[in-house]
Amino acid sequence: MKRAPSLRKFAAAPHLVWSVLFIIAPLLFVAYYAFTDSTGAFTLSNIAALTSANYRMTFMRSISYSLIATVICLVIAYPVAYIIARSRKHVQGTLIMLIMLPMWMNLLIRTYSWMAIIQDTGFLNEILNAVGLPKIHIINTPGAVVLGMVYNYLPYMILPIYSVIVKIDHRLIEAAKDLGASGLQVLTKITLPLSISGIISGITMVFVPSISTFYISQKLGGGNYDMIGDAIERQFMSNYNYNLGAAMSFVLMILILLCMALMNRFSDDDAETGGMII
Amino acid sequence: MKVLSKLCMFLVFFFLYAPIIVLILFSFNAGRSTGVFSGFSLYWYKEIFQNRTALNALLNSLILALSSAGIATVLGTAAAAGLHKFRGKYTKAVIMNVTNVPMMNPDIVTGVSMMLLFVFIGRALGASNSLNFATLLIAHVTFNLPYVIVSVLPKFKQMDKNLPEAALDLGCTPLQAFFKIEIPQIMPGIFTGFVMAVTLSIDDFVISHFTSSGFQTLPLLIYSMTKKTVTPDMYALSTLIFVTILLLMLLSNLPSFADQRKENKRIRKASQKKG
Amino acid sequence: MKKCLGIIIGILLALTACLPVFSFEETTTNIDYSKYAGTTLNVYNWGEYIADGTEGSYNVNEEFYKLTGIRVNYEMFDTNEAMYAIIKAGGVPYDVIVPSDYMIEKMIAEDLLQKIDYSNIPNYKYIPDEYLNLAYDPANEYTVPYTGGRVGIIYNTTMVAPEDAAEQSWSLLFNEKYRGKILQFNNPRDAMATAQFYLGLDVNTTDTAKWDQALEKLKEQKPLLNSYVMDEIFNKMEAGEAAISSYYAGDFFTMYTENENLAFYYPKEGTNNFVDAMCIPKDSKNKEAAELYINFLLDPEVCKQNAMTICYECPNTAVMQDEEYLDFLREELHPDAYELLYGEKALETIPTQIYKNLDTETNNYLNQSWESLKTEGNGLGTTLYIVCGAIAVALIALIIGLAVSKHKKRIID
Repeated sequence: MKRAPSLRKFAAAPHLVWSVLFIIAPLLFVAYYAFTDSTGAFTLSNIAALTSANYRMTFMRSISYSLIATVICLVIAYPVAYIIARSRKHVQGTLIMLIMLPMWMNLLIRTYSWMAIIQDTGFLNEILNAVGLPKIHIINTPGAVVLGMVYNYLPYMILPIYSVIVKIDHRLIEAAKDLGASGLQVLTKITLPLSISGIISGITMVFVPSISTFYISQKLGGGNYDMIGDAIERQFMSNYNYNLGAAMSFVLMILILLCMALMNRFSDDDAETGGMII
Repeated sequence: MKVLSKLCMFLVFFFLYAPIIVLILFSFNAGRSTGVFSGFSLYWYKEIFQNRTALNALLNSLILALSSAGIATVLGTAAAAGLHKFRGKYTKAVIMNVTNVPMMNPDIVTGVSMMLLFVFIGRALGASNSLNFATLLIAHVTFNLPYVIVSVLPKFKQMDKNLPEAALDLGCTPLQAFFKIEIPQIMPGIFTGFVMAVTLSIDDFVISHFTSSGFQTLPLLIYSMTKKTVTPDMYALSTLIFVTILLLMLLSNLPSFADQRKENKRIRKASQKKG
Repeated sequence: MKKCLGIIIGILLALTACLPVFSFEETTTNIDYSKYAGTTLNVYNWGEYIADGTEGSYNVNEEFYKLTGIRVNYEMFDTNEAMYAIIKAGGVPYDVIVPSDYMIEKMIAEDLLQKIDYSNIPNYKYIPDEYLNLAYDPANEYTVPYTGGRVGIIYNTTMVAPEDAAEQSWSLLFNEKYRGKILQFNNPRDAMATAQFYLGLDVNTTDTAKWDQALEKLKEQKPLLNSYVMDEIFNKMEAGEAAISSYYAGDFFTMYTENENLAFYYPKEGTNNFVDAMCIPKDSKNKEAAELYINFLLDPEVCKQNAMTICYECPNTAVMQDEEYLDFLREELHPDAYELLYGEKALETIPTQIYKNLDTETNNYLNQSWESLKTEGNGLGTTLYIVCGAIAVALIALIIGLAVSKHKKRIID
């Protein structure tokens, strides 16, 4: 027996209205401001201003630092996620909880705390000094900025990879081993390919916030390594050049959405879950 | 291998918790610096309970996080329920992509775009306060929504389709079937979504920075303290929050520990009997 | 039972009576506050710029509530520019704000402030003459001074050679010898001013060539810097991370209490003199209550408590003569505290300039210059380019690999 088409679909209506009002409309405003001047007349000068050598450098700097941070996160997170996923069930829950716990602490406070660790007279150097090793200068270098990004966004890499690996059927791996595959072969032929969707969503979740961060670079980089996020924040909060700020946001957004589209296109089309399950 | 993986885990956890340990240490600092440790004292803990601004900001943060997560969970669950039934693959993909925009977009762009919208509307209406609690709440709900949908939608897919059908056959109204049969099944997804929304909302600084004024949350307060200096009372507050969450998490994990122990006992007994 | 309760209440009352009672002037108490009871004032001030009951201080807003029944919703900002952005955007109807001189001028010019009715502020009589008729508000219509002070150079005596400090000059901030140990302001106006004073330029010039000169100096300085900072200066100077910085005299005292190796001077070339004043924005809905709040803040007792908490210069004739305050300055704060804040010698030999509101063009030019300073230099370096190139190649390879395997799958299917 067939029932009348349900009205269920309309449950999504409030969300659709919400999306149009608060997701699409604001983005249109960004586009509007990006292509107008302070009087509201159409102009390309904001976008053109971004092609100056200094802003190109700022974009390059942001992209390269966040790429490096993303790769470091991936290198650290993969084994960690793998080990967690392969540990006993109840240990898994605890470990995941412990990975998530630092995210509840305020980002600003954590970054402040890192300053106390890595500064020239900080804990790290005190310890090195006590052991008799030479001091290392980290704070106010690009390394410090990358460190801050890796620290703050590492959990976002671990969680999606873990959630994919934990679902891999263990029998597959055992079968491969029975058939004579070495540990390395199992990793490259089975585990890695099956966890690619987790890796991709992890990359997204680390790369996007890293590239747009503005607090970390100010505090750990000492304001010497300007990133796009810093530049955007300045336009809105101190220069009142909304148009230039909107142009930067617009370019940044297009860049990222393009990258995401590319990534998603070629990964397993898991778009609906986005691999984002904890 | 075992040792190596233990070492690896230890290093990662050490990395994750090093700043938190430092933070906890400095919350017991006798001096007012967050860079020089000058002796042990509980001074800042006493101080934080007298700091009305900070406690108020904490309360504001909680109100905002819970209410935005609540609204996002209701809206998101309804949206997932509806989207689950969508037939058109293309429309569904478009909707999902739009939904995911706040998740994909850098926070700063989301914040800026909402600020532009609110300020524009505020000016159009001639309102004297275009940024307020409502705008902040809207912004938080907006960036929480995709996370809720993304955690709830898969649960609808995993659900046994026959169950609600059976309920309908047995005379349930569609609404009853939804609330009595489907909701309990997708509850874990709803719960994950809610917790994620609270987590994101409570820690959000960037979006709030652009969309709020007049409603000071804890991250905003800490940022505004940066004209002068962040004093250890903020560390003390953070430490208290940390300990509270740790305890909550441990408590929520306790039952599963107990189950595990029972399970172990059962297995041991069984093997003993066999032996 | 009831008796018991009575005794407890009695004890409590006795206890509260033992707490220090603050004596306000008649000009503060002889006002009929009753019709304002229950209103809430939105006050927007700098971070940590009031005695708020923390660290054993007096709680100004709480005392105000006790006296008047008016609640204060107190919020803080971190820069003049951020505050302006909020007011301009029409964020919240604030009733009292505390911008600095040049920002006040800008806000008056843009019609964002309203005129104050000074008859509601009898304590205004305590404002010393030198704080009246200042350039930002020549006819004293919109503002009531809250604090003032000057920028100077803070240095660590264990890290800076005495002969370099003895020059008492801005040159210390540009000295090659202290590469990696110098801090600079992280905001355009103050940073530019350090170079302008050093070069003997006008800080309010409209001549772009003059701004370029200052910018050049800052670009030269950039490689020498430890970092661009605002608040981090406290930790960095206290911990000995950095040796030299320029900041406000009042904040020097705060740092000094943590690290006694720090010293301070006003550079001989001249320095910035600032005034932060209380104003009432156009959007305010409680103008009279706001004026009463301003009056309360000017009460010598309140003003003194604030001055002892924030350590900035206090523009209040009664406080300047208050014995308790003077003892505090001399004996608790710093041996030279009085000299540095109010001393004739310090003030008269050093030329000072107040920031003025720059016209839009100059302001845009300043912002652009600052953008170019902040975004320039610190190239990525070849290693970084190679690493990024390798990552990019790997990513592309991954994407192609995925595309190929997907394609293969499709063929098999």
